[in-house]
Amino acid sequence: MTLRSVLIANRGEIAVRIIRAAKALGLRTVLAHSIADKESLAAQLADETVEIGPPAAKKSYLNIEAVVNAAKSAKVDAVHPGYGFLAENAEFAEAVTAAGIVFVGPSAEAIRLLGDKVMARQVAALAGVPTVPGSDGRVTDLDAAITIANSIGYPVMIKAAAGGGGRGIRIVGDAEEFARQFPQASSEAAAAFGDGGLYIEKVIERARHVEVQILGDGHDVVHCYERECSLQRRRQKVWEEAPAVGLPDDVRQRLCASAVALGRAVGYSGAGTVEYLYDDATSAFYFIEVNTRIQVEHPVTEMITGIDLVQEMLTIAGGARLSVAQDDIRIQGHAIECRINAEDPHKGFMPAPGTIERLVVPDGEGIRFDTLLFEGYAVPPFYDSLLGKLIVRGADRADCLARLRTALDGLVITGIPTTIPLHAALARDASVADGRTHTRFLEPWLETDFAQLARAREDA
Amino acid sequence: MSIEIKSPLPGVFYRKPSPESAPFKNDGDAVAADDVIGLVEVMKSFHEVKAGVAGKNIRFSVDDADAIMAGQVIAEVEA
Repeated sequence: MTLRSVLIANRGEIAVRIIRAAKALGLRTVLAHSIADKESLAAQLADETVEIGPPAAKKSYLNIEAVVNAAKSAKVDAVHPGYGFLAENAEFAEAVTAAGIVFVGPSAEAIRLLGDKVMARQVAALAGVPTVPGSDGRVTDLDAAITIANSIGYPVMIKAAAGGGGRGIRIVGDAEEFARQFPQASSEAAAAFGDGGLYIEKVIERARHVEVQILGDGHDVVHCYERECSLQRRRQKVWEEAPAVGLPDDVRQRLCASAVALGRAVGYSGAGTVEYLYDDATSAFYFIEVNTRIQVEHPVTEMITGIDLVQEMLTIAGGARLSVAQDDIRIQGHAIECRINAEDPHKGFMPAPGTIERLVVPDGEGIRFDTLLFEGYAVPPFYDSLLGKLIVRGADRADCLARLRTALDGLVITGIPTTIPLHAALARDASVADGRTHTRFLEPWLETDFAQLARAREDA
Repeated sequence: MSIEIKSPLPGVFYRKPSPESAPFKNDGDAVAADDVIGLVEVMKSFHEVKAGVAGKNIRFSVDDADAIMAGQVIAEVEA
C-alpha cells in the first residue's frame, strides 16, 4: 500500500526533516511531541500534533505506550521513529506493527539481531565482513576474558553487548587493569542497559571512522557509498564528510560491497548504516556495528548522490521497491556537515539552552541548513544540544572546504553560545585540510590548537 | 534566617546520584557549603549543584526529577 499519513515519533531537526520529506510525498503528517515541544518548529510545520507527555523523554518520547496510542488516535498508516529515542527499540517496532501500523524501518527481528553487538558481529563475520580482532561473542568468565585479552594484545576495549553510540566502552592498557575493570564494566552494563553481557575488541590506535549507507527493500540492497566521521569529541561525531578522505578506490569498492553483503544476509529493509574502523596504515577496514535507522549525518550522502534517503525510507515502508539501481548511484563532488550544538566551545562545551535572538542562514549553491531554530525560539534544556547541521557541497574537497568557510562566516546564531567557532577553526586547520585526521585527533587538538586560537582572540 | 539555594542551570533536577541511591540530602539535614545537594541534567549532561552556603535544616522545594529553570529556588537552609 502507498502510505497516506505518517506519525513522527521524534523532535528537533530530524522531526522537521521527516515532516518535509513526507509532505513532499503528499503524506498527512502528525507530530507526537512532549509538552516542552509544543511551540517547536516541527509542531508548527506538521499538519496535526498529538501531545504525548511531560518534558522528560522517559515520560514522552521514550514512552512506547504513549507514542503507539498517539499513532492509533491519529489513525496514521505509518510511524517514522527518526534517530535516537525509540528508533532502534525492537519492542517499539513490534508494538507499532501489532497496532496494524507500518514501522518505517527494518523489522523488529532485524533491529534485535543487529542491535545486539555480539550477534551483529557474528552476522558480519558470516557475511564475510572483516571484524576487529576480539572475543568470539560474549565473555562472562574473567579468566577466559583475560586469556583472550592477552592473546589480542593491549590496549583492548571492553564493550557492553547492549551498548552503542559510544556508551558502555572502556579501554584498558594491561592485564592488571583488565582484571580490575572487567567486573565493574559488567555491573555497569547491567545497570545501564539491563544486560551485563560484555565482549572484547582490539583497539586500533589510529583509525578513521568510516560508515556505509545502505538501502534495502526486502528484496534487494544497494549502497550509497560511505561517509567519514573521524572528528569526534567524547565519541560523539562533530563533523562528517562524504566520501571518506583518501580512501583508495579499490578499498571503497570492497568496503561498500561488504556492507551490501551484510544487508543482504539479513534481508534488510529501509535505510541503515554499517560502521567500520579504517586503518590508514594498512588499508584494512573492520566492522563495528550496524545502525538500523536514519543517521544524523545522512545529508552528506544525499548531497553527493542526489538521493533523498528519508523519502526513500517512506516509499519503501509503503511497499515500493528501491527507486534506484546500484549503477545509477554515483558520487558527485564532496560534502561536509558541521553539527551546530548549543554548547560553548570556549567553556569546556558547557551546554547552554536559551532563547534565539537572531538567526541568519547563509544561502548559495550547495549549502543546506537542517535546523529546529527560528528567531525567538527558546531551546529547551531537556534534550540533546543539536541545533542544526550546516551541510555544504563542493566540486571536490578543497572547493567544499572553501565554500564551508564562507557558509560558516555567514551563519549567525545569537542569544546562546554555539559550536560555530569550533567549526570555523576546523575549516581553516591545515591538518583537516590535508585529511590528516583520525578518531583521536579532535580532543588533543582542542587542548592545543583551539585553546591557542581562543587565547589569541582574547588578547586581540 | 533562611537562605535560598538556587539552581545555576535550567534542566531536570535530581536529588539522588542514581535512581537506586539514597538522596544526597534529606529534609532536615545540615549542609556545608561544599556539599553536593543534587544534580541538574541539562541537554543530556549532568552537573553537580553545591549548597554554596553552610546551614542546618535544609528544606527542598522541588522533587526528584522535577523540571527547573535557571535561578529557581531548589531548597532553603537555616543559617
